[in-house]
Amino acid sequence: MNLFRDALAWLLDPAQHTGAGRIAARVLEHLGYTLLALAVAALVAIPLGYLIGHTGRGRQLAVALSGAARALPSLGLLTVLTLAVGIGDAWLAATVVLVVLGIPSVLAGAYAGLEAIDRDVIDAARATGMTEWQVLARVEAPLGLPLLVGGLRSAALQIVATAVLASYVGLGGLGIYIQRGIALRSYDEMLGGALLIVALAVVVDAVLAAAARVARTIAAPARQPAVHTAD
Amino acid sequence: MIELRGVSKRFGGGTDAVLDLDLVIPAHQVTVLVGSSGSGKTTVLRMINRMVEPTAGTVLIDGDDVAALDPVRLRRRIGYVMQSSGLLPHRRVLDNVATVLRLNGMGRRDAQARALETMDTVGLDRAMADRYPHQLSGGQQQRVGVARALAADPNILLMDEPFGAVDPIVRTDLQDELLRIQNQLAKTIVLVTHDIDEAFRVGDRVVILREGGRIAQQGTPAQIMAAPADQFVADFVGVTRGRRSLQVRVQDGRRIVVDAEGRPAGVLEEEPTA
Amino acid sequence: MSWIGANLELIADLAVRHALLCVVPILAGLALALPLGTLAWRVRPLRAAILTVVGLAYTIPSLALFVLLPPLLGISFLSEANVVIAMSIYAVALMTRSVTEGLASVDPSVRQAAVALGYSPWRRFWAVDLPLAGPVLLAGLRVVAVSTVSLVTVGVLVGIRSLGYLFMDGLQRGIPEEIVAGIAATVLIALLFDLALVLVGRVLLPWTRRPSRRAARLRLTARGAA
Repeated sequence: MNLFRDALAWLLDPAQHTGAGRIAARVLEHLGYTLLALAVAALVAIPLGYLIGHTGRGRQLAVALSGAARALPSLGLLTVLTLAVGIGDAWLAATVVLVVLGIPSVLAGAYAGLEAIDRDVIDAARATGMTEWQVLARVEAPLGLPLLVGGLRSAALQIVATAVLASYVGLGGLGIYIQRGIALRSYDEMLGGALLIVALAVVVDAVLAAAARVARTIAAPARQPAVHTAD
Repeated sequence: MIELRGVSKRFGGGTDAVLDLDLVIPAHQVTVLVGSSGSGKTTVLRMINRMVEPTAGTVLIDGDDVAALDPVRLRRRIGYVMQSSGLLPHRRVLDNVATVLRLNGMGRRDAQARALETMDTVGLDRAMADRYPHQLSGGQQQRVGVARALAADPNILLMDEPFGAVDPIVRTDLQDELLRIQNQLAKTIVLVTHDIDEAFRVGDRVVILREGGRIAQQGTPAQIMAAPADQFVADFVGVTRGRRSLQVRVQDGRRIVVDAEGRPAGVLEEEPTA
Repeated sequence: MSWIGANLELIADLAVRHALLCVVPILAGLALALPLGTLAWRVRPLRAAILTVVGLAYTIPSLALFVLLPPLLGISFLSEANVVIAMSIYAVALMTRSVTEGLASVDPSVRQAAVALGYSPWRRFWAVDLPLAGPVLLAGLRVVAVSTVSLVTVGVLVGIRSLGYLFMDGLQRGIPEEIVAGIAATVLIALLFDLALVLVGRVLLPWTRRPSRRAARLRLTARGAA
């Protein structure tokens, strides 16, 4: 456990909290990549997922593509794209990788959220005279919100985890400490960096878990517990 | 013979599903427990094979207190049919019918041979044997459920709304089939339903339950129809609504039977002198 | 393509190592998650605790786990056990949820029927609950297999050889073909594992002609972290 005490000492060392390479700056970098990728993934995947969920078409294709995307190793994709765009534009390669990584979860969350809605509710919305847009905006989107947020949550988690690899194409982020620690055999930095990454992942997940709870109250305000009568 | 003595069941919520029920169910007859939802009829049924444990009272089968018996062994010698056929979706029809035989330790070949015979008994085509339950119609699934319950030749058959999930025409078929099988096998059958027509149709004895598992009236269908014990029973069996309060009217020289609103219900014939 | 032709032996060697690294975690995932997931399903008070712990394990990014495990377990960074154990942790985390959801997906009326027929609890679990949870378990295992194959590549960053070696070597030497070969081989191995599982499913779950909607949805929403 000495190693972990050293890691803690490294984390608390004032040297890690000053200058361009300070921890706070690395955290912001890491979050920056994460948010950019999550935003792009959401912009692409939510409309597409709603289209699939609303029309009920294209699901098979989405399932197949998402499965294929999972088989692609992110590290391989990152390195080959970096070679393709040049190391100077590595941020573009990283963003593309993170977006590709995030899309399947958000897409699945969007259309699964719509599919999970009771068909009768949607029929009733049409029957009361809502246009397709109103059905989507007033019925499907709010009722499908919990699963959509669930999809965003898994996407964010994967993106945060994979953004660790960005430092290997010269982009910084929290992976830099692990990379440098391994190269220099400095275990305190390596472990300190790993702990930071875990902490960030847990915090991001907790924030989105809270968002998921909010989403559930939007979809089902003041839900009454179901009453069972035994016969 | 099945006997319930002072049986009560209170569920976690605190309401009494059944309160101090005394009931004797004679052997080799069809006894129908009928009541609306909340009458505790399914609870009564399930206390017989210990799917539900009573909070008070005793249930006796041929004089033996079921509480003293191993519940798993007890269930293997009592047939059970439920509304949703409850077939094991991952087993072929033949294996479903053979389930209890296999549980009782019979060899696979013997069990399957016996299962095929039972399929004949309930009027199931042997060609169905290799299908999975989801490949059958609702009525066929229900027949498989009955065959499964009968395969081990139990003395007692418990049926919980067995024909509730099929359409009216199939339901009539299945009721006829049940009566035919019962003529042949003479089991002790306890059938639960909320449908008074079904109760009168298949029951040798009918027990009408009201809220909390209290007996409103019991007897043969004819006895109940002839003398409803109270207003509740009269309403329940429909004499007050005119559905069963029939009148004879002569039309074109024949005596026809009409209901309270004058709609014809049938033609009146003399009972043949036997 | 010249690089690939000249290095077929290297690719084949790495591919075999890679595949072998994946086998234990996939099997361990199922074997350990079965009791854990069953416990979470059976014992309600434990459910939230177990699912929270496995959920938390799942949030740990793989590279961080590769760094944290060796000092915790007293093994070498370069030990293959490092990758195998890390991957097993993810597999157990994912499969525990699948087991719980799979058992919960069994139609209660079928379970009731099994009780009424006289199945003992133990026998009912093996003969009714577990096979009927099968499609959900299979869907979960397919996700585990594919993400394990893909994730193992990250091990190269702490020095454990797999097809991931081709990514870093290709990056440093500027050979895109090398990386593409690595990606292709990784995807191929993932597909082979997936195919094997589908075939096993066909044999063991003959009553499922095609995967249920529920299983398909689960496969999609399950997550794989890098």
